[in-house]
Amino acid sequence: EEKKILFYHPNEVEKNEKIRNVGLCEAIVQFTRTFSPTKPAKSLHTQKNRQFFHEPEENFWMVMVVRNPIIEKHKDGKPVYEYQEEELLDKVYSSVLQQCYSMYKLFNGTFLKAMEDGGVKVLKERLEKFFHRYLQTLHLQSCDLLDVFCGISFFPLDKMTYLKIQSFINRMEESLNIVKYTAFLYNDQLIWSGLEQDDMRILYKYLTTSLFPRHMEPELAGRDSPMRAEMPGNLQHYGRFLTGPLNLNDPEAKCRFPKIFVNTDDTYEELHLIVYKAMSAAVCFMIDASIPPTLEFCRKLDSIVGPQLTVLASDICEQYNINKRISGAEKEPQFKFIYFNHMNLAEKSTIHMRKTPSVSLASVHPDLMKILGDINSDFSRVDEDEEIIVKAMSDYWVVGKKSDQRELYVILNQKNANLIEVNEEVKKLCATQFNNIFFLD
Amino acid sequence: YRMEDKGEVKCIKFSLGNKILAVQRTLKSVDFLNFIPDSPQVEYTQECKTKNANILGFCWTSSTEIVFITDQGIEFYQVLPEKRSLKLLKNQSINVNWYMYCPESSVILLSTTVLGNVLQPFYFKSGTMSKLSKFEIELPAAPKSSKLSLSERDIAMATMDLYVLYLRHHSRTSNSTGAEVVLYHLPREGSCKKTHILKLNRTGKFALNVVDNLVVVHHQDTETSVIFDIKLKGEFDGSTTIHQFVLPPRSIQPYQIPVAGPASVTSQSPVPCKLYSSSWIVFQPDIIISASEGYLWSLQVKLEPVVNLLLDKGKLMDFLLQRKECKMVILSVCSQMLSEPERGSLSMIATVFDKLNHEYKKYLEAEQSYTMVVEAGLSRSNPLLKRPVRTQAVIDQSDMYTHVLSVFTEKKEAPHKFTIAVLMEYIRSLNQFQIAVQHYLYELVIKTLVQHNLFYMLHQFLQYHVLSDSKPLACLLLSLESIYPPAHQLSLDMLKRLSTANDEIVEVLLSKHQVLAALRFIRGIGGHDSISARKFLDAAKQAEDDMLFYTIFRFFEQRNQRLRGNPSFTPGEHCEEHVAFFKQVFGEQALMKPTTF
Repeated sequence: EEKKILFYHPNEVEKNEKIRNVGLCEAIVQFTRTFSPTKPAKSLHTQKNRQFFHEPEENFWMVMVVRNPIIEKHKDGKPVYEYQEEELLDKVYSSVLQQCYSMYKLFNGTFLKAMEDGGVKVLKERLEKFFHRYLQTLHLQSCDLLDVFCGISFFPLDKMTYLKIQSFINRMEESLNIVKYTAFLYNDQLIWSGLEQDDMRILYKYLTTSLFPRHMEPELAGRDSPMRAEMPGNLQHYGRFLTGPLNLNDPEAKCRFPKIFVNTDDTYEELHLIVYKAMSAAVCFMIDASIPPTLEFCRKLDSIVGPQLTVLASDICEQYNINKRISGAEKEPQFKFIYFNHMNLAEKSTIHMRKTPSVSLASVHPDLMKILGDINSDFSRVDEDEEIIVKAMSDYWVVGKKSDQRELYVILNQKNANLIEVNEEVKKLCATQFNNIFFLD
Repeated sequence: YRMEDKGEVKCIKFSLGNKILAVQRTLKSVDFLNFIPDSPQVEYTQECKTKNANILGFCWTSSTEIVFITDQGIEFYQVLPEKRSLKLLKNQSINVNWYMYCPESSVILLSTTVLGNVLQPFYFKSGTMSKLSKFEIELPAAPKSSKLSLSERDIAMATMDLYVLYLRHHSRTSNSTGAEVVLYHLPREGSCKKTHILKLNRTGKFALNVVDNLVVVHHQDTETSVIFDIKLKGEFDGSTTIHQFVLPPRSIQPYQIPVAGPASVTSQSPVPCKLYSSSWIVFQPDIIISASEGYLWSLQVKLEPVVNLLLDKGKLMDFLLQRKECKMVILSVCSQMLSEPERGSLSMIATVFDKLNHEYKKYLEAEQSYTMVVEAGLSRSNPLLKRPVRTQAVIDQSDMYTHVLSVFTEKKEAPHKFTIAVLMEYIRSLNQFQIAVQHYLYELVIKTLVQHNLFYMLHQFLQYHVLSDSKPLACLLLSLESIYPPAHQLSLDMLKRLSTANDEIVEVLLSKHQVLAALRFIRGIGGHDSISARKFLDAAKQAEDDMLFYTIFRFFEQRNQRLRGNPSFTPGEHCEEHVAFFKQVFGEQALMKPTTF
């Protein structure tokens, strides 16, 4: 039985207990399968915990157990712990579990691949190595609707600047001909992806929640700071590697780049991920893993991409400011909303603060976020377009709209507003924010 | 025709239109002869007005106006052929060494002063003669004696906007590397300026021609010619631009002289004629006469060989865009740089596209401002306004599409990444010059992306509106829905943005049986009173959802009630079938009763 366990966290748990827990999970899945052969149980609600099951690859199961929140109450002078069984949202945490797998797959390939490469031993090593670090970065308390979407925030840009970026990418791919795919981001928002949508989705998540935040500090330090002076490169441009060699002038510098796995369903490609950044613009160059990038290649990349990307970044910045001025000064958004489009994974939130390295913070009460999650669950049950308006506590109204493949969630706070007024407000929001898409009233 | 022999003829010239022949036999006078049908062919004579002056020559400036150039000045006459006499319009005294006339610009150039290097231009136009400001040609070295130092042979006039060309020979005293051609720009107003120097880098005997705005300098010793284009960039020293020749020296393509003789022997191969012979005489702009062979040629520039001589494609485009017959050559250069074996880099391709579109945009702008003036009815008050001429250098989107891009994408020999990059580069260039991109280019992009299953790429392009909204594009997207479902959403968004495609939106929704959505949409834009009830009821019935049908039916009953005071449908709406269906499913009593007052 023990051999069935490939990875268990926390590892300190006694062996027999491990086996017992895993056996229980297996039993539940097998049992529910008799009722629904194609869709076995996804989660199990108990008083203390909630368990989530996920079968990412055939015969490989991932299980995550989340403890229900506890409220301490006093009864007869004694503290009593009460589990809040209905606080956690199934969709949020099953999405988190799926992302765990996606992230593992991005950097390690499929489980099956590891088995083929070196059997259970290799798979166990890889799992241990990856999840040991990854689990520490999960912040389960602050997971919400955005984790369900796992969307991509796109950078708004005018056509001409976009075409310039296109032109830049095409030229770079031409001069650095071993580059297979390119992705372009500005301000942590995506502008171009040469990768397919699903691969980009998880890469985007890695970049914005892990890689970029880790490199924030030197940038914030400014270019005149001593930290900047230590940086490689020169005075001609601001380009630098976020992955790979730190100092190009050091002949001993190691050119090791993280490996990623994409298109695992068909072509199964293994790539080196080179992330290069100048000011707010970041480019990911992905090259085939069979060609190890040399220091010479890195220097070439730096000398070609660096100056052009620096110019492009300031172009984008300038254009962005012009556009902002035309569309009126960036007002504090009157509405708190979350928008998500399943078709292109575009996501927009005025509820969440800028993502920090650790957590993405919502600026509204967790209860409201929970209502959003509930509405989302309702939406996912039916195919048709619908609209849900909820009156929440203390003058809050929560509106959810679903039109075709788009979802919009609005939180309004108006004293003594009635249903008609709320509906009007949402219409107004759609007219101002989403007038260029087909969004049914 | 035979003229009476009245002495040796020095020169004859027909007027413009060949109606009057002017014949010079003496130094003092010119005789005239009318060639007008039914008018007597009797000669009449005009002597020069200035006493003791000798006529150096004469030139016609129109069909009835003639200028005599004497050694003491010029005389401008009007010829009255019916009266068989001439009328002096204007004259001007000035010492003249020699003169030169440029018919295209109606300018006469007089060489004055002892050295002959001060040139005085006169400009003629419909009965008026105007003196332009004179200018001095810098001689290579200070002449030792005061003898005529500027020869007529070394001067030429060219009409690329009028220039005077001076062939300055190499002088041993100055340390120049060879002879050079100096160009003086002669504007209608203002003073003449030295503007360009063409470096020949060699010495010897030269002759000049001007063809297609190019200065062609023939060099007898090496039997080659070099070409200069003053529109191209040169070294600018603050006042003059110094040019090197554009192409390496090449010989003129030899003319094949057909061998004259009986028909039986003409199969003999033609003999190439001797080029650059000393018996050549060169006339402006493009005439070469071989006195020994008895031929008169006009010089032409062949553009095709230039393509292989000028390796810098950017410079090549600059050169070609200035030429008259350039279109097909340019298009073939474009095709060539997109395909193996001479495939160009993307940045080079971008440069070429930008140059073409720069020219294209200039024309579009001129055309637009012309149309605006015409529409404002100002064309009469401004007689100088002309419709802009579309030269061959204007390569528009349809040219590029037909001759270059569609062929290139068809061939599929290039990797698709390159194909798409090229198409995007062309679209970027058009956008950069603010030229509206034609629909067929977008179609080409979409077609290429679809062929390679690059739907996510297509999605991103549409997301950033790189492919501009249009009804045809929206329809194209709709047709892609079966292979790429998100195309449906993209298409609807596009139709919505167009704001003129509401009918199409309704059709799309109905075809998906989204009857309620269609109805809500049309109500949202206030068009629900005029829609066809039958269309919606049809769609509702096809959806096979009884509740949906009920709702839609009820909506139209209510509309009928509101509009006509009666819920029943009129025969014109052709809804009998639906009423029957409704009764069958929900019963007769479910029908809305007419409200009675």
